[in-house]
Amino acid sequence: MSLIEIRDLHASVGDTEILKGISLTINRGEVHAIMGPNGSGKSTLSYVLAGRDGYEVTGGDILLDGVSILEMEADERARAGMFLAFQYPVELPGVGGMSFLRGAVNARRREEGEDEIDHLEFVKMVRGKAGELGIKDEMLKRAVNVGFSGGEKKRYEILQLALLEPAFAILDETDSGLDVDALRIVSEGVNALRSDAIGMLVITHYQRLLDHIVPDFVHILADGKILKSGDKNLALEVEKSGYSNFTDAA
Amino acid sequence: MSATVETIRQVEEATGKYKYGFVTDIEVDKAPKGLSEDTVRLISAKKNEPEWMLEWRLKAYRHWLTMEEPDWAKLNYPPIDYQDIYYYAAPKQADGPKSLDEVDPELLRTYEKLGIPLREQEMLAGVAVDAVFDSVSVATTFREKLFEAGVIFCPISEAIQDYPELVKEYIGSVVPQGDNYFAALNSAVFTDGSFVYIPKGVRCPMELSTYFRINEQNTGQFERTLIIADEESYVSYLEGCTAPQRDENQLHAAVVELVTMHDAEIKYSTVQNWYPGDENGKGGIYNFVTKRGACRGDRSKISWTQVETGSAITWKYPSCILQGADSVGEFYSVAVTNNAQQADTGTKMIHIGPRTRSTIIAKGIAAGKSDSTYRGLVRMMPGAEGGRNFTQCDSLLVGNKCGAHTVPYIVSRNPSARIEHEATTSRISEDQLFYCLQRGMTQEDAVSLIVNGFCKEVMKELPMEFAVEAQKLIGISLEGSVG
Repeated sequence: MSLIEIRDLHASVGDTEILKGISLTINRGEVHAIMGPNGSGKSTLSYVLAGRDGYEVTGGDILLDGVSILEMEADERARAGMFLAFQYPVELPGVGGMSFLRGAVNARRREEGEDEIDHLEFVKMVRGKAGELGIKDEMLKRAVNVGFSGGEKKRYEILQLALLEPAFAILDETDSGLDVDALRIVSEGVNALRSDAIGMLVITHYQRLLDHIVPDFVHILADGKILKSGDKNLALEVEKSGYSNFTDAA
Repeated sequence: MSATVETIRQVEEATGKYKYGFVTDIEVDKAPKGLSEDTVRLISAKKNEPEWMLEWRLKAYRHWLTMEEPDWAKLNYPPIDYQDIYYYAAPKQADGPKSLDEVDPELLRTYEKLGIPLREQEMLAGVAVDAVFDSVSVATTFREKLFEAGVIFCPISEAIQDYPELVKEYIGSVVPQGDNYFAALNSAVFTDGSFVYIPKGVRCPMELSTYFRINEQNTGQFERTLIIADEESYVSYLEGCTAPQRDENQLHAAVVELVTMHDAEIKYSTVQNWYPGDENGKGGIYNFVTKRGACRGDRSKISWTQVETGSAITWKYPSCILQGADSVGEFYSVAVTNNAQQADTGTKMIHIGPRTRSTIIAKGIAAGKSDSTYRGLVRMMPGAEGGRNFTQCDSLLVGNKCGAHTVPYIVSRNPSARIEHEATTSRISEDQLFYCLQRGMTQEDAVSLIVNGFCKEVMKELPMEFAVEAQKLIGISLEGSVG
């Protein structure tokens, strides 16, 4: 069974239809990339998948492991194994990094009927994974995303991805705001998590991220529809001739 | 026969022997409704008080008669009929539930969420004392330890008997009988409360908590507390508890007086969670409290920390009078209001001595259709050479039917004094909520996390044992406030 099946998905924000019939199937072990110009509906797709309030599905369906998730709230979807790495991670003043991470991990564990994680074990686990992503202890002690640089915020997103071990991860413009070194570290972090247990959807504007996180499939999104799908070479085509080639053809 | 003697005789008939004091009397006995000199005399007589105490109470009562209930606070409540209230009722232990099975399941659910052990649940729910007798032995051990250190910690009714000179010297010295309407009322009819004396040079070996004081049930209505820290001493005092406390008395008017001598320090922490009433505030407690500390000695310090989540109406301004040179006053406050709750709370920092310093950090969280007001006064007197104050007031709104207000009064009569005031108002953003939800937290957990982050500067001032429970409490108080 497919991990994620998006069937002719239509979605609106307010009165404006943004997604106009998207179909996409993602299996475990696959990395799909969605590329598209600004305003094509990339971020809307990620929010609709994650179940954000204000994004209304007007047609079609989203199945996770064969079950429709349209009726599930954002937190239920998260506990069912969906993860969204935010394009703009949100600051939570005063909320300690460790307690935030522990809250997230324990929410998942409770869902699966496990006990809350042992404090020492947790600290050890976080430190280990944080180290691999070049996240210093000092950063974990600060309030969530407060005063983090762009690169730190993105690394922190990937740390959460590593800790929560979701079945399906959406990376929304994870490359934005990253310099070359940070991009490499973040990509290595993501690549280390690639396995047969997880499916990923990488949303990006630029091809350069896909040099680091090499996708199995690439889809071009424009005006709320997928115009073309292919392998990683499709991304190179975009790089060479821009999006207008595709949008004009449509 | 004079009224006093008459009353005393009635009381004697009603209760039998005095020599065992009021605590062994578990029969129900209540003074008739209403307030008069007779009521005051009855209370004093019930407690077998010396003449000077009765006179003190009567003076307060007579003063109260000339006063008017204050109406300047941003609070709305129907007029209180002071003649329709019981001012004296001995503990009615026989009426309490016999076991937890008889306690409101809703209350038990909350206890569970707070992680309160069974024994404590029984005590909090007012299960008859003999059912929780174990707690008494804990308390006894506790008292012995304090006694060795020379610390006096007892009900104020006992202190009036056993340490009359101390009580006489200090009671009303910080909050005089006629200080304000509710303080005058309390002075006339206070039933019990805590008395603490820390001798010179003693660092109190443990946190003192009302919770461990024996026989303190039903003292909540007109509680009176007096804490004296002699030179170079230190004490940390905890008042209240996080579990919701129900009380059949709707009107509460407590008075707390603190005194610090040279180099002494008192840290006073409160978690107030009186019944807030139903969604419309019906049946909730009215809490009118006067709390004030006098830093009499040089380099002395008084620190108030409060977490206010309960009551339908809160009117409370824990204050510091900074008399001693280089003395320090602190006020850390979290006030959470939900549903129809109203809180008008803040502090007063009166700088009298030179180089006195004060810090005010107040966090107000309003949800539902509640109203939260910070009202504070910083006054630099002419002698407050080099005085300093820093004030920070932050309000967080949850939903769009609530209100948050900040009313700072700042008076400086010394040009060398420095006063800073910062205030912010914010709202829990959709982005913040969605971020937490996407990580799998429930709406309620997310709100609790964000709000606790907002209050962090205050929460870290609470003693450890309080802090963990208080954190959970804030989450529970805001349940159902979003979405």
